[in-house]
Amino acid sequence: MTQIDTTTIWIIIVGLAVGSYLLRFTFIGLVGDRPMPPWLLRHLRYTAVAIIPALIAPLVVWPSATDGQPDLPRMAAAAVALTVGFATKNVLAAIFSGAATLYGLLYLVG
Amino acid sequence: MATATPKSYFWKGFRDGTPFVFVAMPFGLLFGVFATEAGLDVVQTMAFSATVFAGAAQFTALQLLQDNTPTVIVLISALAVNLRVAMYSASLTPYLGAAPLWQRACAAYLIVDQSYACSIARFEKEPDMSVPQRMVYFVGSVTPITPLWVLGTYLGAVLGTQIPDSWALDFALPITFLAMIGPMMRTLAHVVAALVAIVVALLTVAVPFNLGLLIAGAAGMIAGAQTELMLERSKS
Repeated sequence: MTQIDTTTIWIIIVGLAVGSYLLRFTFIGLVGDRPMPPWLLRHLRYTAVAIIPALIAPLVVWPSATDGQPDLPRMAAAAVALTVGFATKNVLAAIFSGAATLYGLLYLVG
Repeated sequence: MATATPKSYFWKGFRDGTPFVFVAMPFGLLFGVFATEAGLDVVQTMAFSATVFAGAAQFTALQLLQDNTPTVIVLISALAVNLRVAMYSASLTPYLGAAPLWQRACAAYLIVDQSYACSIARFEKEPDMSVPQRMVYFVGSVTPITPLWVLGTYLGAVLGTQIPDSWALDFALPITFLAMIGPMMRTLAHVVAALVAIVVALLTVAVPFNLGLLIAGAAGMIAGAQTELMLERSKS
């Protein structure tokens, strides 16, 4: 884990604070009641379900804690969290069952 | 409830938002721990949570920072993760767009997964709500969450460094995100978007500056939109 430079951290914090606010404000503040093109809305609908899995997938397959070696407890925990979340629509149940799988298998395997 | 005052709608929102404290508190705690381990001090960590107020984007930024990603790419990637709040903002606009500008400016800051989910469900169920009633409901729904998100972050930042490696907290972020993704898979198009994004992300992992994330995200969004179009055509 590398040490992050203080100036960089503040640039990131301020940049994200302003950027996130603009993302939130643009439509409700500036667009008002004007309609938006359907093609844009259609793509925006899938933002979260595309970006988040893309962020997570490499962390699951090549975890940094094992120096990038694929790891059974972590893969199993990921599969359980996703499956339980999908089946129950309950975020907390998914987090707890994923964590239980991870700890259970880490205890058994490692 | 014809005589319902704005005040009673505030408490309705408050009640509907309360279950989410069980997400906001642990998630804030995790961010505090993660930020401390990445080398941020308490002031930086608190400023991050209080001003950005978007857990997923904050985790993304820290993860990329630790991978020595250039600052511009960190900002673009984290904002891309947060693009969904723009979607929420767009979706709330027909309901709240007629409120005074200062109210909309305040409400914008409070648009998060939980306040959006509560509000859109209520607004669709009760189409006769007035704009002021909707506004106080929206603010009410996020009121129980915000203080606990900030408090959780603080506790995590203070306690974080004392947590041993054997707790495998490196994996708390993937588990939390995957847990959030599961319930979002409402249609086939959502599933296709996620699968395409995962495959492209794994294939582009060697692309410099973590640009693979944006390529994969865009591919997933296009796949989702196209699937939706195909499903609509086959229905009609």
